Amino acid sequence: MVSAVLFSVVKQDLAVAVRQRAELVQPIMFFVLVVTLFPIAVGPSPETLQRIGGGVVWVATILALLMGMERLFRDEFNDGTLEHYRFSPCPFYLIVSAKVITHWFIQIMPLLLVSPILVLFLNMTAQMYWALILTLVFGTPLVSFVGAIGVALTLSLNRGGVLLALLLLPIFIPLLIFATSAIDSASMNLAYHPQIAIIASLMLCAVALCPIAITYSLKVSQN
Amino acid sequence: MWKWINSFAKPEKAYWLASAMQPYFFAIALLGLTVGITWGLVFAPADYQQGDSYRIIYIHVPSAILSQTAYIAMATAALVGIVWQWRTAFMFISAIAPVGAVICFISLFTGAAWGKPMWGTWWIWDARLTSQLILLFLYLGVMSLYLAFEDKQQGGKAAAIMALVGVINIPIIKYSVEWWNTLHQGATISKFDQPSMPAEMLWPLLISILGFVGFIGIITLIRFKNEMIIRDKHRPWVMQMFAENSELQRLSASKKEVN
Repeated sequence: MVSAVLFSVVKQDLAVAVRQRAELVQPIMFFVLVVTLFPIAVGPSPETLQRIGGGVVWVATILALLMGMERLFRDEFNDGTLEHYRFSPCPFYLIVSAKVITHWFIQIMPLLLVSPILVLFLNMTAQMYWALILTLVFGTPLVSFVGAIGVALTLSLNRGGVLLALLLLPIFIPLLIFATSAIDSASMNLAYHPQIAIIASLMLCAVALCPIAITYSLKVSQN
Repeated sequence: MWKWINSFAKPEKAYWLASAMQPYFFAIALLGLTVGITWGLVFAPADYQQGDSYRIIYIHVPSAILSQTAYIAMATAALVGIVWQWRTAFMFISAIAPVGAVICFISLFTGAAWGKPMWGTWWIWDARLTSQLILLFLYLGVMSLYLAFEDKQQGGKAAAIMALVGVINIPIIKYSVEWWNTLHQGATISKFDQPSMPAEMLWPLLISILGFVGFIGIITLIRFKNEMIIRDKHRPWVMQMFAENSELQRLSASKKEVN
């Protein structure tokens, strides 16, 4: 019963994402554009780009993910589906987690697909690229789960976009520090596994704890 | 005992408690700030290395410590509000958040003013400065979330969740930022067994910390009382209180006329 409900929620979210391709593509375009701005702003010298590359990609990733997250619960909140989820036999906690994980999957896949471009744009070495992919894979679930709290809190406000960024960006600073430091270590051919391990542990804590906060925030938003 | 604590969930009881505590906090603030700051700024000896400019420590350190304490107080209220659904706890959050933000700003500002003569720069991306700046952003986030809601009760709950998320993050932010970059001098007064400060400098600092506690307390209490009155202005206890007050005023006015 529980797995059937979860399966149908995941299936529906995937179907919606595939049919609303524009909304899927926009954050990725935004991501590529932000990354493009940096070589133009700081100058095209390959050494500079290599040094700031990891940080630029991560800042752009967090902004793009936050942009895309706004629609995580919006439609279902507006048409009342979210309230029905609450009364389903499946725990609300699990439904919310399934939705966030699905959303993360939908967002991260195109991001990983465009990531080889970054190697060319920002003059990254192969070592840096692998570090980047690993930090993205382990770090972005954290962004999605913590971000979902903010999305759930600002759901009933009409002008939630800027506020969402305002609330969440300070919280992502540790992630940013560890991710960029992993890429930095990789650029100097040093071991970057400690940073990846810390990111992964933070991510696991977030995956375990955030759904509680998300369900409560949704309850507050539904009043 | 539990029933007694729980009775403060009612605004009228909390209002009474806040009023009762107000004079004590006022006395602590007045005494602590005047004694601590005058002693620190005028009578304490000058530092052998930093000269007189170290004296800003008597404002900088209390505000830096207490901006974090105020956040913890806010998060505690948030926990109480979410777990036991106390209306007054949510009111307390909206009362203390701006106070904490201002104290946090004061610590950053005095820090910058101290950094200019000592380090030769107003700002540097050092671990403690950065984490204090992030703390300010967390305060501002809680405040702006609260203000974004029309329904203050709902806004209070949302702000409470944000405060709790922030308080879980504060240690993570602190350690990650420290790992990232450190220039700031180590803690001066927490090493009690072997303080790196002579007693004649340490005592005014401790007294002025106490004074800041009283100051933050009194401002928060006043804001807390105002918040309760504003949100409950249509409830019987507020109306009754104002009715009694105006009754008293009318009585005293008529007495004057008789005289």
